[in-house]
Amino acid sequence: MSEELLKVTNLVKNFELRVNNGARRKKRIVQAVTNVSFSVGKGQTLGLVGESGSGKTTVGRCILRLIEPTSGSVEFDGQDLGSLKFEELRALRRKMQIVFQDPFASLDPKMTIGSSISEPLIVQNVPGDHSDKVIELLELVGLSADHAQRFPHEFSGGQRQRIGVARALALNPALIVLDEPVSALDVSIQAGVINLFEDLQSRLGMSYIFIAHDLSVVRHIADRVAVMYLGKIVEIGEQQAVYEHPTHPYTKALLSAVPLPDPKTERSRHRIMLEGDVPSPVNPPSGCRFRTRCWKAQDVCAQEEPMLTIRPSGQMSACHFPES
Amino acid sequence: MAEKVLEIRDLHVTFDTPSGPLEAVRGVDLDVSSGELLGVVGESGSGKSVTFLATMGLLPARARVTGSVILAGEQLIGASPKQLRSVRGRLLSMIFQDPLSALNPVHRIGDQISEMLRSHQNLSASDAEKRAIELLDIVGIPQPSDRARQYPHEFSGGMRQRVVIAIAIANNPKVLIADEPTTALDVTVQAQILEVIERVQERFGTAVVLITHDLGVIARVADRVNVMYAGRNVEQGTIDSLFDHPSHPYTRGLLASLPRPGKQRLKPITGFPPNMLNPPTGCAFHTRCEFAADICQGELPSLVSFGDLETACVRARDLPKSESFA
Repeated sequence: MSEELLKVTNLVKNFELRVNNGARRKKRIVQAVTNVSFSVGKGQTLGLVGESGSGKTTVGRCILRLIEPTSGSVEFDGQDLGSLKFEELRALRRKMQIVFQDPFASLDPKMTIGSSISEPLIVQNVPGDHSDKVIELLELVGLSADHAQRFPHEFSGGQRQRIGVARALALNPALIVLDEPVSALDVSIQAGVINLFEDLQSRLGMSYIFIAHDLSVVRHIADRVAVMYLGKIVEIGEQQAVYEHPTHPYTKALLSAVPLPDPKTERSRHRIMLEGDVPSPVNPPSGCRFRTRCWKAQDVCAQEEPMLTIRPSGQMSACHFPES
Repeated sequence: MAEKVLEIRDLHVTFDTPSGPLEAVRGVDLDVSSGELLGVVGESGSGKSVTFLATMGLLPARARVTGSVILAGEQLIGASPKQLRSVRGRLLSMIFQDPLSALNPVHRIGDQISEMLRSHQNLSASDAEKRAIELLDIVGIPQPSDRARQYPHEFSGGMRQRVVIAIAIANNPKVLIADEPTTALDVTVQAQILEVIERVQERFGTAVVLITHDLGVIARVADRVNVMYAGRNVEQGTIDSLFDHPSHPYTRGLLASLPRPGKQRLKPITGFPPNMLNPPTGCAFHTRCEFAADICQGELPSLVSFGDLETACVRARDLPKSESFA
């Protein structure tokens, strides 16, 4: 693997939930992210996949400290983000950016596109007139210079997502967290935005954390993939190893549940049907959190939490009875 | 050939908006045969939902609907509210993306199913309740007699969608319209719901219209597929023909834009969907089409048999053969 840019170790995020149950007040803890560790190399893309409630978005936000993690460490280019003072963190944030899912909610409707894109430059006190930079950024993401004077409502979803990307690129970040960046877009538009991410990476060399529930998109763009279930990573490794030789039963079931756009393959595929839904993160199952839906579960799965262990095809997975 | 249960002819739907009339559906012809699963695919704004809301008579009064929709011999366009009420839920049912808003939060699940049963059948309360529990069992809800006494908030998203399906099939309708029924669900739950829909279709011979933007879902469950673009039906045929040799440039573009295993570069369709307030003349896709010629801006193309597909493209015969996606 290339040089390490980001190292996340034992990241934990618990949210407090106040349940107002009539006269009684109860405090409950939602364990959104539990002991998550991974690293991202320079110029690499890590795909973070999982179903709703798996904690993938929380991980992304904890990395940028948009949410304060409960414990654990995030090291960016050798610096521990947790130990930084506010001003230092702010300076470092220019190297880390985020692009959100909803291209309609992430742009201020009253700001021109040009001022939205130059805002990060102003916030970070980059001197000078930014109009040339704005034009350069607009052209970089496939828009044109005269778009700078327009307002968000004049753009389609795909174009707005490009504007969000231009804004994230303004400060030449080394890492961009892409949180479901194409899920709100129509299929025919998605492909263009995915190509844009790939082109930008090969030109500018930044790393991506690509958070998505769409496994086909992640397979296409990621170098490495981490599969999350109920706040934990159940399997992590090279994209090819995870997709072609999944070893965690959840990964296997998840992959088999994704419908592929090919009727012949669909008819011949062996499908694993999982029972039920994802349990509540307020009271996750003991031991392996997947055991309540796992067809391989035995007593040991309830008693002992499986650790991430290296498997023959090179990835790591946390299971007492891994698939081979 | 199976019996035709739903026949849509030259359907047009126009909304009056502050910026002028917007024609969301611009002449759709479509047939559904008994027992088949028809996939309807298209991007947002293609008119796929509006077509079937018009079929159900569920559009607001300001929508102008013309054309013909014949369900089991009955004309639904221009039918009286009373006639529509008798058809909906009995011959024709529809389920939506968000199951929570389809259920009444203050009534028990069992009662909501019974209500549907008793509004079309002469059943006693206790018979309806028994049938409701049977229906919950059919859609795969464990402990149906206990669950029937619970409220919607006590069900997960996937379970709620099962309940909605149970209500929709309560009177054994001829056609079940499912509008993006799994879009709000996680992929493992989506697989379960698709299985329930297939089970219902096989067990009761219900014709199912599945509206979705996901070509993977279509490939998994549909028998035939209908591709919509800018309020028109641009291509239809069996899924095998459509995935194997799509002939409409839009269908080709859509299939080519999907990520597939292997790292080849994606091929997006250039441009963006048309503004329906002012759609392009002629074939609405010509502004984005790599094969467009002057002739495409002329007349609105209609579906013409082309091999084993029906394609609305005047140049279909002149185009190079498409790659196979099957």
